[in-house]
Amino acid sequence: MKELRLMKGNEAIAEGAIRAGCDAYFGYPITPQSEVMEYLMAEQPEKRTGMIVLQAESEVASINMVYGAAGTGKRVMTSSSSPGISLMQEGISYCAGAELPCLIVNVVRGGPGLGTIQPSQADYFQSTKGGGHGDYRLIVLAPASVQEMFDFVFTGFDLAFKYRNPALILSDGLIGQMMEKVHLAEQRPRLTEFDPSWTITGKTPDREHNIITSLDLDAARQEKHNQKLQAKYQKITENEVRYEELMTEDAEYLFVAYGSSARICQKAMQLAREQGIKVGLLRPITLWPFPVKPIAHLAPKMKGILSVEQSAGQMVEDVRLAVACATPVEHYGRMGGMVPSPEEVLNVLVNKFISK
Amino acid sequence: MDIKDIIKPENLVYKKTDLMTDKILSYCPGCGHGTAHRILMEVIDEMGIQSETIGIAPVGCSVLAYDFMNVDMSGAAHGRAPALATGIKRLWPDKFVFTYQGDGDLAAIGSAETIHACNRGENITIVFINNGIYGMTGGQMAPTTLEGMKTSTSPYGRDLQTMGNPLKMTELVAQLPGTWYVTRQSVHTPRNVRRAKKAIRIALEAQKEKKGLTFVEIVSNCNSGWKMTPVKANEWMEENMFPFYPLGDLKVEGKLVNNQ
Repeated sequence: MKELRLMKGNEAIAEGAIRAGCDAYFGYPITPQSEVMEYLMAEQPEKRTGMIVLQAESEVASINMVYGAAGTGKRVMTSSSSPGISLMQEGISYCAGAELPCLIVNVVRGGPGLGTIQPSQADYFQSTKGGGHGDYRLIVLAPASVQEMFDFVFTGFDLAFKYRNPALILSDGLIGQMMEKVHLAEQRPRLTEFDPSWTITGKTPDREHNIITSLDLDAARQEKHNQKLQAKYQKITENEVRYEELMTEDAEYLFVAYGSSARICQKAMQLAREQGIKVGLLRPITLWPFPVKPIAHLAPKMKGILSVEQSAGQMVEDVRLAVACATPVEHYGRMGGMVPSPEEVLNVLVNKFISK
Repeated sequence: MDIKDIIKPENLVYKKTDLMTDKILSYCPGCGHGTAHRILMEVIDEMGIQSETIGIAPVGCSVLAYDFMNVDMSGAAHGRAPALATGIKRLWPDKFVFTYQGDGDLAAIGSAETIHACNRGENITIVFINNGIYGMTGGQMAPTTLEGMKTSTSPYGRDLQTMGNPLKMTELVAQLPGTWYVTRQSVHTPRNVRRAKKAIRIALEAQKEKKGLTFVEIVSNCNSGWKMTPVKANEWMEENMFPFYPLGDLKVEGKLVNNQ
């Protein structure tokens, strides 16, 4: 039987990292995700699995330690919260350009700027549309529970290595700070074999020297490299969409929400059904690739779709693109660290679509 | 006698190390980078550690160092080479890890990474090429540009009042407890090349003992950026750079030398 433990979301990320066979964590403290490194430092994973934990001098250094270490083919990760993730964007772009597998965790807080330390989902654009410079994509996983915080560390690493691409867990201060029970998976071994076709582990006589870089000054070759990246992103789009549908079979209205907003919508859906309003929920689990087809499939059956996010309306743009005007789409969100209540969300649904 | 009669194995007195690739160097004629590359690769060759060495190239003139150095390498974002090296060395403590960085990369945008890698005593070697200018971008002022020195962004000479003072990174890192060996060398004469090569050997050997960070500055010329002939640039370097950046060891076996 799996081990059961009551944990904070941030702690689940840390324990998940150890058990997923992560080789190194490089990070810098920032609220509301500092428990990730605190837990790791207290746990001394070097004694459990040999995993290295290092507190860097900045988020810029953290992501570049990740970039360096990822080039050797090991499982490496960092975590931070919004302002820190903004600082990492250059490094993340380099990781994507050099096709390095690595895991980044963003426990989102309210912005812009220093913003606030309360939960937010306003980093959706940054996470799914690039964030740093250049044409690139991250594989973005959005956990809606402490269990998923734990599980997605495994999924994130697996997808990162499958496609040699950075993966991002886009969480928020609510999921990071709340406590829930977690079924802990067995310890997975750390990697011991490294692909000699690209990793930098020391040039041996049987191969050419390997170079990790995103630079190619020849425009024609750089375009080819970009086309190769785009082909990879297309493959990810075709194969890796993950989502969850709740009570959509008989639904006349649909919530689309991810992460903590999905949990709130789940309750709002329950309240609605008590009043006889048939609402369903579609929860994107991968924010990139976005579940376009499942939403497009459901849209014609709905009288209205409410996209709920703790932002001014970012994911709603992708929902509208998927729905393609098949039914009305509205957005509801709170900003700056405010979290909507289920009653509030239900009221909005009623006001926008039902008692107009 | 034909030239082909001379080029024979028995007449061989010098051979390029196999650790330098056959790619044509991208550096200007007269630049010190080529020599610095060569002696670094010769040391790795002589130590027999090619298969255990991982290098980090910077952003700057030596951004393509990985094309010329026949070892596994990663190209860093501007200034971040010591962070990459840290990440690699922590996971591969028995490998030899070096960064090769210019003065803009190491002393300006990467000053935080440099200082903190040095202060943590990462068991890596930093090779720091200081020519007092940003070469690749066309000769702009660097943190190491001397007082009064003309560059494209200090066309009337570096004014200390408005542009700040030239930064002695090597003196600075020598003060940190994490550094084990800190030295300043040059590669503009055969004698200096021999000394610089010896310094690189000491620096890389120290990684075996895991004593801390080793730091080799090479004061070099930038004849293109300085707008001088190579010969004139080396003279100018001796007359102007060396008095401000004096050659020699600053820290040996973790102890400061002389009055550092």
